[in-house]
Order: sequence, then C-alpha cells, then structure tokens
Amino acid sequence: MPDSPKTTTTTSLEKAAVADRDATDSEITSADLDLVEPVTGATATEPAKARRSRTPFGWYLAWFWIAAIVISAIFAPLLPLWDPAVPDYNNVFGGITPQHWLGGDTLGRDNLSRIIYGARASLLVGLCAVLLGAIVGGILGMIAGYFRGRTERILSLITDVVLAFPGLVLIIAIVAIAGASLTNLIVGLAILSVPTFIRLSRATTLVVTQREFVQAARAYGCRPMRIILREIAPNVVMPVAAYGFIMVGVFIVVEGSLSFLGLGIPPPTPSWGGMIAGGRTQLIEYPHISLIPAAVMFLTVLSINYVGERSRKLFEVRESNL
Amino acid sequence: MAEMTISTPPTTAAPPGETPGKVPRGGRRKAAVRRIRRRLVHLLIVLIAVTFLSFVVIDLLPGDAAVVVAGDNATPAQVAQVRTDLGLDRPMIVRYVDWLGGVVTGDLGRSFRTGQPVTEALAQRIPVTFELTIIAQVLALLIAVPLAIYSAYRPGRFVDRTSMTLGFGAAAMPQFVFGMVLIVLFAGGLTSILPATGYTSFFTDPLDNLRTIILPCLTLMIAEAAVYRQLLRSDMISTLQEDYILMARSKGLGPRTILLRHALRPSSFSLITLSGVNIGRLLGGTVIVETLFAIPGLGQMIVQAVFNRDYMLLQGGLLFVAVAYVVINMIIDLLYLVLDPRVRRDA
Repeated sequence: MPDSPKTTTTTSLEKAAVADRDATDSEITSADLDLVEPVTGATATEPAKARRSRTPFGWYLAWFWIAAIVISAIFAPLLPLWDPAVPDYNNVFGGITPQHWLGGDTLGRDNLSRIIYGARASLLVGLCAVLLGAIVGGILGMIAGYFRGRTERILSLITDVVLAFPGLVLIIAIVAIAGASLTNLIVGLAILSVPTFIRLSRATTLVVTQREFVQAARAYGCRPMRIILREIAPNVVMPVAAYGFIMVGVFIVVEGSLSFLGLGIPPPTPSWGGMIAGGRTQLIEYPHISLIPAAVMFLTVLSINYVGERSRKLFEVRESNL
Repeated sequence: MAEMTISTPPTTAAPPGETPGKVPRGGRRKAAVRRIRRRLVHLLIVLIAVTFLSFVVIDLLPGDAAVVVAGDNATPAQVAQVRTDLGLDRPMIVRYVDWLGGVVTGDLGRSFRTGQPVTEALAQRIPVTFELTIIAQVLALLIAVPLAIYSAYRPGRFVDRTSMTLGFGAAAMPQFVFGMVLIVLFAGGLTSILPATGYTSFFTDPLDNLRTIILPCLTLMIAEAAVYRQLLRSDMISTLQEDYILMARSKGLGPRTILLRHALRPSSFSLITLSGVNIGRLLGGTVIVETLFAIPGLGQMIVQAVFNRDYMLLQGGLLFVAVAYVVINMIIDLLYLVLDPRVRRDA
C-alpha cells in the first residue's frame, strides 16, 4: 500500500529518529517509537471516515457501569443503605435476602453498602494518584523532550532507577515508612506512575517538536515555556489522558492488592481490596463474601479498560487503516 | 506493578532500527561491542542508584533494626550493644560503602533476623520464583502466539473476537482475585483436586512440585497471555501489509509459510521486549501470588524483610531484582542484533 497513511508515519518517525541522533547521542528506544505512533496516527491519517462507524453495545454498557459506580459512590450518604461500619449479628455470613441484597460479611456488615462506600476509597485512590502522576510526569516529560541534552539524560536515569525498583516493594516501603493512609497511598502510587508518564510524554514531545507550528513558534521567538504550554502540551494531553484512564484501573487493582497484603486503606474504612481480603479465611465455605466485591472490582476495571482502549485506538494508525 | 492491562507499557529495550543510517566502520562486531559497553556503564549507574536508594528507604523506615534484633525485653544497654555489633551506629553512607565493598567480593552480609547469610537465603528463594516465572511465561507464550497468529490471519473473525473478549476479561482480573477463584474451583469442597497452598521442591517430589505450582502459574500466566496476544496480533497485522508479504503471496506461497516464515519474526520484536521485561519484573514481583499460595519465593522474602526491618536481606533481594531487570533488558537489546539485521547496521 504505497499511499497508505503508514508511509507518512514512517517518514515522520524517521525524521524524529534522525533528529534525535543528530541532537545528542542519547538513545531513542523502541518504546519511544511505540508510544509515539498513536500521536502521529491522529495527525497523519485521514479523519474518522475510514473507521467503523457503529459504536458497539459494550461501549454504552461500560459507560453505564462506570457511571453507576461513580454516581452511587458520590451520593452514597443519601442512598437508603445500611451503615457500612455497623455489624449485624443476624447477618454474619448472611446470604442474599430482601434486607441485605448482597448478603453480609464476616461481621455481618451489609455487603452492598460496603461495596458502595468502598468505591469511594478505590476511585479516590485511582483518580487522584493518576492525576498527580500524569501532571508531574507529563510536565517533566515535556521538559525532557523539548530541552533534550543533560536535562533529558538526568530524567531518564531517574526513570530507569525507579523502574528497576520493583513497584510493589517500593509502594510497600512507602506505606511502611509513612503509614497506611489514603493520602500516603495516593502519593506512593503517583510516584510509581511518574516514570511511565515521563516516557510517554517525552516520546510524544519528541515528535510534536518536529512539527511546523512548533518550529514557527520557535522562529517567532517565543519563550520555551510558552511553546511547551501553548504548542506542545495540547498535543501531549490526549495520549497521556488516554493512558491515564487505563492507569486508573491498574491502580484500583494495586490498591486492592495492597489491602490484600494488609497494607491498604486501614480497616474501618471499607475498600474493595479490604473486603476481598476479609473474606479470604472463609473462602471455601462462604465464597460470596470475597467474590461479590471481587466481581464488582473486575467489572469496573473491565469497563475502564474497555473505554480506555477504545479511546486510545482513536489515536492509533495501525488498525484504523485496515 | 503486578497487574497489567491490555495496553502495552513502555519498555526499555532498543528499537528495531528505524533509521537506515550509514554503515559504521568496523562492522557488526564492533557495533555490538560498543553497544554492550554503553549498556554496561548504564547498568552500573542504575545498580548503584537502586541499591543506594534502597539504603535510604530502609533508613527512613520507622522502627529500629537493633530493637527488633535485640528482642522485646532487651535493656537499652543491650540494644546499644546490638547496634554496635551490627554496625548500625555508623553513618548511612559509611554502611553503604561498606556493603558495596562486600558485594564486590561476593559477600552480601547476614540476615539480621536469622543470621543466615544473605547469599544462602537468595539461593533458596530464587529457584522457586524462577520456576514460577519461567513456567508462567512459557505457558503464556504457548497460548498467546498461536492465537495471535491466527487472529492476525483472520482478523475480526470468530477466533479473533472470542480471544479478544476473553483476553479483555483476563487482563481486567486482579491476580489475587483470579487466584482465589482458582482456589475455590480446584481446591475447595467437592472439587479438591489440587492443594490450595504450599510448595514442594522439584527435587523432593517432581509430581508434587507440579501439583503445587499449577494454580500459581495459571494465576500469573493469564493476564500475560492476554497482553501478548494483543501485542503480537496488532504487530503481525501491520507486518502483513508490507510489500514483501504481497510478494510472497503472489509467488503462490501458502498461508502457513507466509505467516510462520515470513511474518512471524519481524512481528515479534515488541513481544520479545515485553516478555523480557515481564520476566525481569516477575522475578521480583510475584509477591501477591507467593503470598496467596504460601510459596517461599523471593517476593515473599522481600516483603517479609520490609516488615522485619531486616535490611541486609532486603538489600540482597533488591540487588538481585535490579540486576535481573537491567541484565534482561540488556539481553533483549542484544537479541535484536541477532533477530533484526536492520539494527546491526546502525547499532
């Protein structure tokens, strides 16, 4: 296919790579190129016409689920729910009844209510950590990608060091140092995600910087900070946001994993991971205590992945020219 | 991080050569040597930074290692004695340099808790985690590669769509949840055909070893397989659009030859990179699975070391994990030289 959009992509990538080699001797890696591809796709392909136009049913379903979780989490105190912290001794290991729609846990607390209140913790951790990580990482990545040279080398070294440190161990250490609380968890996860966002944002910046409007702004004598914020940032935001969306799902799982190890949000506050871990001792006899919150977590992460992946594809060239 | 989504995370290995660049003087061997040398310097810096960082982190941990070692009933004098014995009264930087000196001579110190040499502890733990990691990776690739090839050959058809849907589900499944589901299904109640927890060494009883690692390996493998399939499929689809595939097809070659002999190798670079990164990551990161299934592996050791403030053990564990991560990245980088002739030219 000589006239397919792929050709444009390759040449712009080559240009970027050549420019990269000319500028410094630092490495441009396959990861950078992989990451870059979605962006060039968005700018170099012909618009939506070629894409399959029918929105799949799952797309609405996924949004519906996400909306349901978010809305019920926000308005949890207004809903007619049992108190998530009060044990009901008639409901210990309780099954599904008209009073307790999803049964009770090991202490007889209402599962439905705890899931909805747990959503607050899980979503808060996921969203805030990603937001923090994306902003810090995004800005540092743009700086590295725009200024190149020593700044870039130092940042990429820091990135490598953090990535070579096993993630879960790092977060366990942070939680052990600073104590298990919502804020510490958010900050810890954000630190963990910064390197990835730096890479993504740097790689995108490398390509965007080659584009004419940035060159024009440069020739015009704009200050670097203005170029970064006004010209580059708008092009970096979308891929970073699409990746960040998926990271929310990842962090919900990580929060769950930490609760599972006993290092998550401290017990009286309900969280999905805590609920799943709480039912672990009764796993064989009363699987519903663990498996219901597990299913909710699964569906939420699934919806987030689905929506995130589909929006990410809007930037991708590989499949859209099939 | 232990879990992943379908999307490909950024990786570190080198590119499959995007620039056709000039042919360097000295040729292939020299290029490889230069590449290795540059990587080694980088590796050294990263290792020093990682180990230093973990020293700082442990120093910040609340609780005093000396108090932990001396026990609950120790007098302040005893604690002070222990602290001097362990050398904890010296400044951090001195301890770090001292430790680093030990590492160079192959001495990683002793565990504060048990007095066991760290090298010995590592030698016990690493094979267990290694076994899990490798078996899980092989299983994941065995499932993912054929599915990906067929999906790329017939995109949008039944196999592609079904495996895509299942893969999406698998990738959204947290490891500890999937592990628990497996325990309920295979180790609980009526269907108790496999042990829920525990580990038997291969050398004690090979059959029992197999029985104990089936569930952990399945847990580790499932999300990886989904990601691998997705990655190889999309790389392969773009390879299949290349001119030389058209050429092969017009020569009348069958789909089997085209897919396996022409398209697979150039499509597999991202897969190799990711798979390598995952091995590096898993070697230090099977914490969740090791905890859930009570397997005495490296991840479990590292987490316990954090809880126990046993920082010689922690240092040793982290050193190994970081070395594994960086070395594997380097190996992948060099593997490109073998697999992709394009890289040789501009390395």
